[in-house]
Amino acid sequence: MRVEGAGLIDRTKRIGFSFDGHQYEGFAGDTLASALLANDITLVGRSFKYHRPRGILTAGSEEPNALVMLGLEAGQEPNVRATTAELFEGMLARSQNRWPTLAFDLMAANDLVAPFLGAGFYYKTFMWPRVFWEKLYEPIIRRAAGLGALSGQHNADKYEKAFAHCDLLVIGGGPAGLMAARAAAQAGADVILCDEDTRTGGRLNAETLEVDGRPGHHWAAELTADLVAMDNVRVMTRTTVMGTYDQGTYGAIEKLSPDLAMRAGAPRECFWRIAAKRAVLAAGALERPVAFANNDRPGVMMAGAVRAYLNRWRVSPGKNAVVFGNTDSAHRTAADLLAAGVHVSALIDSRHHATCDLDIPFHAGARICEAHGRKGLEAVSVASVSGIDKIQADCLAMSGGWNPSLHLTCHRGAKPVWSPDHEAFLPVDGALPGLETAGACRGDFSTRACLEGGVAAANRALEDMGLKPAKPEIPKAEDSAYDIAALWAVPGKGRAWLDFQNDVTVKDIKQSATENFRSVEHMKRYTTQGMATDQGKNSNVAALAVLADATGQGIVETGTTTFRPPYVPVSIAAMGAGSQGTGFAPQRYMTSHRASVERGAPMIEVGLWYRPSIFPRADETHWRQSCDREVDMVRGSVGIADVSTLGKIDIQGPDAAQFLDFVYTNTFSTLQKGRVRYGLMLREDGHVMDDGTTARLSGKHYLMTTTTAAAGEVMRHLEFVHQCLCPQLDVRFISVTEQWAQFAVAGPKSRDLLNALLDQPIDNESWPFMSCGNVAIGGTAARLFRISFSGEQGYELAVPARHGDSLFRELVSRAEALEGGAYGMEALNILRIEKGFITHAEIHGRVTAFDIGMDRMISAKKDCIGKTAAQRPGLRDENREQLVGLKPVGAVKELLAGAHLFNPEDEAISAHDQGYITSVGYSPTLGHALGLGFLKRGRARLGEKLRMVDHLRGSETLCEVIDPVQFDPEGGRLRG
Amino acid sequence: MVDLSANSPCAGLLPLTIGSVTLSEATPGTLTSIAPYNGQDKALSAALKSLHGMAAPAPNRATGKEGARAIWFGQRMILLQGPPPDPGLAKHAALTDQSDAWAVVRLEGAGAADTLARLTPIDLRDSQFKRGHTARTELRHMMSGITRLGPNSYQIMVFRGFAQTLVHDLKTAMQGVAARG
Repeated sequence: MRVEGAGLIDRTKRIGFSFDGHQYEGFAGDTLASALLANDITLVGRSFKYHRPRGILTAGSEEPNALVMLGLEAGQEPNVRATTAELFEGMLARSQNRWPTLAFDLMAANDLVAPFLGAGFYYKTFMWPRVFWEKLYEPIIRRAAGLGALSGQHNADKYEKAFAHCDLLVIGGGPAGLMAARAAAQAGADVILCDEDTRTGGRLNAETLEVDGRPGHHWAAELTADLVAMDNVRVMTRTTVMGTYDQGTYGAIEKLSPDLAMRAGAPRECFWRIAAKRAVLAAGALERPVAFANNDRPGVMMAGAVRAYLNRWRVSPGKNAVVFGNTDSAHRTAADLLAAGVHVSALIDSRHHATCDLDIPFHAGARICEAHGRKGLEAVSVASVSGIDKIQADCLAMSGGWNPSLHLTCHRGAKPVWSPDHEAFLPVDGALPGLETAGACRGDFSTRACLEGGVAAANRALEDMGLKPAKPEIPKAEDSAYDIAALWAVPGKGRAWLDFQNDVTVKDIKQSATENFRSVEHMKRYTTQGMATDQGKNSNVAALAVLADATGQGIVETGTTTFRPPYVPVSIAAMGAGSQGTGFAPQRYMTSHRASVERGAPMIEVGLWYRPSIFPRADETHWRQSCDREVDMVRGSVGIADVSTLGKIDIQGPDAAQFLDFVYTNTFSTLQKGRVRYGLMLREDGHVMDDGTTARLSGKHYLMTTTTAAAGEVMRHLEFVHQCLCPQLDVRFISVTEQWAQFAVAGPKSRDLLNALLDQPIDNESWPFMSCGNVAIGGTAARLFRISFSGEQGYELAVPARHGDSLFRELVSRAEALEGGAYGMEALNILRIEKGFITHAEIHGRVTAFDIGMDRMISAKKDCIGKTAAQRPGLRDENREQLVGLKPVGAVKELLAGAHLFNPEDEAISAHDQGYITSVGYSPTLGHALGLGFLKRGRARLGEKLRMVDHLRGSETLCEVIDPVQFDPEGGRLRG
Repeated sequence: MVDLSANSPCAGLLPLTIGSVTLSEATPGTLTSIAPYNGQDKALSAALKSLHGMAAPAPNRATGKEGARAIWFGQRMILLQGPPPDPGLAKHAALTDQSDAWAVVRLEGAGAADTLARLTPIDLRDSQFKRGHTARTELRHMMSGITRLGPNSYQIMVFRGFAQTLVHDLKTAMQGVAARG
């Protein structure tokens, strides 16, 4: 229910929302949790395993119970913590993990058979028969036990990633963080202050404490406004630093406010990578529950959270409260409840020496041993020396003390130390290089100590960075000592909850110890304590304390489990922002892209490039029709293909020739100016790396081409060879792949086409096969190379890329006038298979020059990369798989790339493997399917018949081994 | 006689203004990569100075001004932007025409740095990336060249073939920044 008073909500702005189909109202500034409590909704979810009714436990990101589903369909987001979800108009929230309804959940039957469902039950129970585990038991268990569900639909929301840099990153905007940020900012450091809440202030927003004589949240708001006004400060609210990484890099997840996130083009969340020279962690502390029977009933809430709901949101979680704790902070809850006009039936303090001057029944040295009620708290039982009393209450505010939020200090492997004074773990100084801790996260629990600690931490960081430390005045603030008596679990009958999220009880931990899972890491796996969205923020310390008790080891010896990022759940969508669909990789378009698409060409990905597969005509209904026609076109008249994607590397310098001789197996120093030569390149291990042609443009100037696939790899390789192996060579090179749009003009009519286009005609004598030179097209300087990947008379014409679109259209229309046209990747592939030309389908990384029949291309007269390694006996063994051609001769007339070859009499198993097929296609020229592949001793087996078996696609045929070069083996056509 | 028309890399894609940020295609003139031969670095710098008015830039720096800039472009690699290279440079360095190889855009306006911060990991703070600073770095998942031209003005270069993705990625980032404004 809402109580009187201003709080930090805006009562003039009403916000309508729905929960489980019912309409409610809250105010601007509310979270879903505070709005639900204001509407007296205390039952908000069902627990993970036993489907027990659950209410709101906390007021922060550590919430284990109040997980809801927001939105509908594709935008549906499961497991949203109601305690951090900002209320917005039209918010659609649903409870989860219940069926059919939250109030009547059939799966709650699990709770009745709980004795059989303790930790590890399924490992022991569902043992037999073995095959049932994967097919039956596991799916059933997974369905019954779980959190929310994804929609299964494509997520249409926008997410974002961003980078930020600063001198000092301050994590947490409470009193310590604010003081640290101001001190560093005034010293001139660039500061980023992150806080996961919608506003800075930390606990000051939840308490009635004063700072500098003003309400604490006023002081925080004013200081924050000062910071925001400074040029060197960036205040990032709604931003949780969720992980620490190498060299001062921090990950943070920002959830945009609902009104911002709804704007066009706005992301819902932004995943930040923040590089900081130094950092101050001022993450505060988390209050821990006390384990006693049925302590998970809705209405049982953390005492600090009760204060937060009261003071910040002016909401009382109940009408009749009991407060139970082991520190003085619990007393503040009783005082705040009284001040708000809420009835407090009792204050129970487990410390025998505690005193209280509030006008309420006070029980020192007593403990609550059981909560009563099922869907909501009705009463509590209090155990004291005088026996057990039952007290009526609809709200219990409990506190077992505070755990410093030191998680980030341990993300790189450091372990925290146990402090008996705090009954808590504290971070170790220097746990994370460059990170200081301040405030409650290092065990300073008074406001004054936080303010001082913030400055001190900032000053340590400033000195470290060579900046002058600040000496600001520390504002007046509460400075009480922290007085705690350890209280983990109250003995008694019934199940006492430690981990609310994973339904782990004290009994489960003891069972774990009994079964010898005594290490804290083993206990965690055995019981699942500390897993899922809250990662044990509420339960880890109490659970290990109970384990320590059960094993007889101390807490120090027991230690903690490993802290890992993320500190809070992070959407995968945020980490992968922008990478859905085509955003997965950049798209690289050729200059002919638009013209190709206009012609209806399907564009296929080749690395990052997009290339046309075919250029279909209106009467063609199957790609094979287009492909066959395009092949015939090239063989019969002239075809045009954009080959700009092949890597082009401009190589210049006095030692260019020597350099090429070293990277290629064959010789380029002897190549004449104006001529082109095919070259083969090996890796250092002697296997084939790439092939292509290189032209000598002038004495010291070469142009290398690479395959499309290996363009980047070859460039990197050349840099490696030059920088590391022969830096003395005076040679320089740079990629010019994108500078030139280059088109293959291939076919018997190619020269006719060119001669109508070029400013100066060419002939066979002046431009023989493998020549190159400068030409002009309407005054535009161009380069012409007489090379052929089709086996026909062929040229490649290159112009500066700005003219690419224009030239492509011109070439295609002229080719069409000659009964030719554009051809795509499919036809290009057939043309080269007919000629036995290799691509990376063949030189896939495991083959040698010997394997592809190019052994003799490794020049005996000079050294080259890979030469020595290529001469190892194993790489020249006659039994190696060698390149061959194949054609089907069985009933099935098709070949499949990836299929394997076997002798006809052998069973088709790997032990009998004779080789495999790399490239296939139907040759319209030869009238049958054709393939290239590798076959053991292949070159000596021409004419043999083999079984082709494709186990994956279930295809088999008989094929004949043939020469890889099936079309025009003499090469008369390309020289013609 | 054929008259080949010319298209700029971002033809039909730009300009674009979202919020306070404008993305437009630059007209960089001639782009020439200049790679000094062994031992020629100093001589090249002197030649650049006398022939084009700017010294060779140090790593991650650009020299010159609007219309004639020399941008550090990698290990012992300079990009001359604007004028056609004087043939006298060829004595000291390998010159390669790159005028058509790069999509060159300008990102300008308040929020330009915030836009870039959504795409590139480099530190763009005024104290770290000043006017005349340049970097060869990642722009989302493309390799790029980014040069700061003024307080709210950046030149961004990627391979020509990536123009579409460049505009898409910058546009998306601009929308995200504008929506927060």
